[in-house]
Parts: sequence; C-alpha cells; structure tokens
Amino acid sequence: MSTILLIEQTLNGLQFGVMLFLMAAGLTLIFGVMGLINLAHGSLYMIGAFAAAAVAAATGSFILALIGSLIAAAIAGVIVEMTVIRRLYDRDHLDQVLATFALILIFSEGTRWVFGSFPLFLDKPAWLSGTVMLPFGIEYSLYRLTIILIGLAVAGGLFWMIARTRIGIQIRAGENDREMIGALGVNISRLYTLVFALGAALAGFAGALIGAIQSVQVGMGEPVLILAFVVIVIGGIGSIKGALVGAILVGLTDTLGRLLLPQFFGLFMDASAATSVGSSLSSMLIYILMAGVLLFKPSGLFGGGH
Amino acid sequence: MKRETILNAALLLILLAIPLWAQSADEPFIITLTTRAVIFAIAGVGLNFALGFGGLVSFGHAAFFGIGGYAMGILAYHAQTYTPLMEWPFVIEGTKSMPVIWLVAIITSAIVAVALGALSLRTSGVYFIMITLAFAQMFFFFTISWPTYGGEDGLSIYIRNDFPGLNTMDPIQFYAICYVILLLVLFFVYRAAHSPFGLALSAARQNEDRIQAIGQGPYRLYLTAYVISGAITGLAGALFADLNRFVSPTMFSWQTSGEIMIFVILGGVGRVFGPVAGAALFILLEHQLGGLSEFWHIYLGAILLGVVLFARGGLFGFIAGREVAHD
Repeated sequence: MSTILLIEQTLNGLQFGVMLFLMAAGLTLIFGVMGLINLAHGSLYMIGAFAAAAVAAATGSFILALIGSLIAAAIAGVIVEMTVIRRLYDRDHLDQVLATFALILIFSEGTRWVFGSFPLFLDKPAWLSGTVMLPFGIEYSLYRLTIILIGLAVAGGLFWMIARTRIGIQIRAGENDREMIGALGVNISRLYTLVFALGAALAGFAGALIGAIQSVQVGMGEPVLILAFVVIVIGGIGSIKGALVGAILVGLTDTLGRLLLPQFFGLFMDASAATSVGSSLSSMLIYILMAGVLLFKPSGLFGGGH
Repeated sequence: MKRETILNAALLLILLAIPLWAQSADEPFIITLTTRAVIFAIAGVGLNFALGFGGLVSFGHAAFFGIGGYAMGILAYHAQTYTPLMEWPFVIEGTKSMPVIWLVAIITSAIVAVALGALSLRTSGVYFIMITLAFAQMFFFFTISWPTYGGEDGLSIYIRNDFPGLNTMDPIQFYAICYVILLLVLFFVYRAAHSPFGLALSAARQNEDRIQAIGQGPYRLYLTAYVISGAITGLAGALFADLNRFVSPTMFSWQTSGEIMIFVILGGVGRVFGPVAGAALFILLEHQLGGLSEFWHIYLGAILLGVVLFARGGLFGFIAGREVAHD
C-alpha cells in the first residue's frame, strides 16, 4: 500500500468527519440548549439536499443551490419548531423520540410524494471538479478539499459565534440555566427557534454538500443522523468541541478502518477471507470505538454532568 | 371487573375470532395478517418490559428482533443445504425444528442483551436512546457486509420449519402456534411484573435513589429487565422470520426499532396488554391506510404525532383511563 493512498484516505476521512460535524453540531446545540433529542434532524439534511438539487436544476448555479439549501432547511426548521417541537421541550425523552420519529415519517413520505422515489442528481460545478495538486505530489479531488475547508470554516465560525457574540452568550447561558436567562429578559422562545433554525440550516447545508457526491434520495438523512449520534455520544452531549473531535475521530476511524483492516487480516489469511472478515469488522469499527469510549468515559470525552 | 381487564379479554377474543372467521371464509391473507399482528405484539411485549416497567427507552430492539430472525435463518439454511454450522471443536448441525430454533433465538438474544445492556446501562437518558440505536445499526451494517448468509439480499428458507404434530405451512396452524406463544409470553410478563423483581424494577423506574437506599442495585434490576426484554423480542424475530420464510438486514434496521416502539406507544406504555392492542392497531392502520394511499406513512406519522401530543397513554389510556392499574 502506498503512502499516497493512505494520505488520500486520511483526507477522505477528514472530509467525512467534517460533514458529520455539521450534523452533530446542530444536534448537540439543540440538546444542550433545549434538552431535546431530535430524530428529525436527518430529515432537515434531506430537505437541504433536495432543495439544492431543485434549485440547481432550475438555475444551474451551485452557489444558489447551496444558499437555497440553507434557506429551505432553516425555514423547515422554524416551521417544525413553532408547530411541533415547541410542545416537546417539557416532555420526557420518550415523547420527543416518538414525535420526531413521526416527523421523519411525514417528511420522508412527503418528499417522496413531491419528488418521487427515484434519486435526484446534484452535479458539482465545473469550477470545483477535477483534482488539485497537494504538496508531496498528492493528487486530490478539489471538491472534497473544498468541503473540508468549508467545514473547518463553519466550525471556526461556530466557535467564534458561541464564544464572542451576544447570541453565543445567550446560548451558553441557556445551557447552564434556562429559567434564569428567561428571568433576565431574554426572549427564550425566540432564542429556541433561532437555535433550532441554526441547527437545521447546518444540517441542510451538509446535505447539499454531500448530495453532490452521493445521490439525493429519500431516507439519505437517517444513516447520517445515527452516525451523528455516535459522534455526540463519543464527544459528550452539549459540547461543540466534543462534536468536532468526535466527528473527526469517527470519520477517520471509519475510512481508515475500511482501508487498513482487510490488509491487516490479509497478513495471516487468504485474500478472499481477509476481505470479507475485514470489511464486516470495519463496518462495526466506529461502534466498537463508541463502546470503548463509553467504558472509560460514560458521558463522552468532553461531556459535562448532564 | 375493571375496564382494563375487559379490554384485555376482548383483545384476546378478537385475535382468536378473526382467524377462525377467516378460516371459514377461506381468507388465508387475513390469517397471515393477524399472524403478523400477533408476532409484532410479542416483540412489543418484549420491548414494553424494558420501556414500560423499567423506563429504559431502548431505540435498538431491532437488534434482538434481527438476531432472532438470523438464528432461524442460519439454522434452517444449514439444515436446508445439509452443511454443518460448525465443524470444530465439535460438529453443530443446522435444524428445522421450531422449538430448538426458538431456544437458540432466546439464548442468543439474551447473551447479546447482556453485553449491550452492560455497556449501554452505564449511561442513562438520552445517551441510552442514542447508544441502543447505534448498536442496532452496528448489527445492520454487519449483516449487510457479511457475505456468508446472503449479505444485503438476505436468506430465503424454502419450507417453514417443523413443529411436532402440526403442519406449519397451513396458515391457521402456524397462527395457533404464534397465538399460544403470545399467551405464554403475556402470562410470563404479567407474573414477572408482579413478582418482587418486577415491583423493585417499577420502584427503580419511579425513584432510583430510594431503591438504592433500601439496598437494591438499580443497575442489576435494569440489566435483568433488558435481558428478558431482548430475549422476548428475539423470540418474536424467529417467528417473524418463519412467517416470511425470509430474513434480511431490514430486520435490524432502525425503522424496525421505531415500529416496535410504535406498537408499545399506540397501545399504552407500561400495560401488559398494551403492545397487543398497539400491534393490532398498527396492522389495521397499515392495511386500511395502505389501501387508501401509497404514501400511508404520512397518515401514520400524523396519527403517531397526535397520540404523542394529545393522547398520552395510547389506546389503553384512552379506553381504560389514564392511571396504570395497581392490582
């Protein structure tokens, strides 16, 4: 195996991790501030991807498609928050799980009804296709590199927003004591809607970016959602830093596991057995990672006392 | 008689009457549909043991449903191809005998439940929900990428497995088997819920600190409940696989976990018979709404949303009153 392949796969893992971060950040913010577990987050990811595909088909512009995904997911988030989610903040987690599960059914079937069962295709723009030369003679997909950079930029922006802006202060205060910041005159229900819309927009944005690499189809959000759960369990619920570390850890573990495990088993097994054992085991690797983290830190790497 | 008792009896009678009527009217499809309802009810009763009595919101019971299914699939596959399951250190042959398959399904699910429960129960609340969901997903991806037993395509078993003295390919006879198992499971769960263990479990759900103060470790109570719950759902999985004569990774999917949870909620959390009502209602909705529109999941979602937001307590709560009976 060449070093170039290894570096390339490491970058792929990083790209995967950065995308997971966009999902996990929204989930963990929503849980941290409102105490809500939102299964319908995957649907917002899907809505972003479909909106991007529709806008791209209508206008031909990828930038407009990305903006469309942000707006569509945020609007969907605001509508859902104001009609359904708002009633769930005081309920127990079981009710939250069920209500948001019901939302998944409604969103998925609704999207199937509007767009049909066939996957849509969202093409990456010409100016982002092709490859780019990195140092040490590594050729890498320009689009994936752009995703990594965008993701890191969003992460940086999010950290800045939470640490430095007024809204960030309110979010952090909300995580500590919801009733107190309400008593201090912050419009708490507007803050909740805003946080939910922010999480939704991040999810929709991730959906649009990934939609250009994979196909845009109903049900694309839930596998990512479950991986994002793994990420926040590893990172610790409510922690943005934990979400970033967890996401990159999961992205790298999954991608490199798929590359390295079959080769590892190839050292002492015949080729076909090594491939099948290696690929089955690598599909379980991130869950084993999660179990390992749980053994030592039951509330995640950066988890507080939730 | 309390309204809940009347409802329980009515449910069992309806589940007995429908297939008998269908048999006389020569409607084998209705019998199969009712069999599905009964098997889903068993799976739901299993989940309800952890969810309703122990307060453990497991979103990963598809793991046990699938393990039960694959226990049947793998054993029957080896019997069907006349290949041993294992040759070393001792030979294990496949089997077509239902009781053996059930036993294997129960034991395997229980062993997996011990391992998953021991890990997941280190956490609680929302972590527990996400972790159980993630572990079920692990099995899903494992079966997809494991080529020996069909991988993504699943495994077909050509002839339903045998039960001594019965022709299991006859829908009504297979239904009878499932119905009797449901009765046994309900009886077991009722007894367990009213045993000292069940009472301690309920107490742990209501107030963990107090149960700790009187010297009962909640962890052990929860783990026992989780294992019993997983074993029952595993048994349902084996029956479901036998009903379809087919197993596939779909049994492990997160939608399956969600559906099993819907059975419990539609019926009423924490009622012994709740999941029976829920599963029957689900099958009824699936059948009626499925005929109405191809997109019947929208209606299912709307109904579920309505139940969660406005009718907490499910069907049982609606008919038999909000309070769970204390008898």
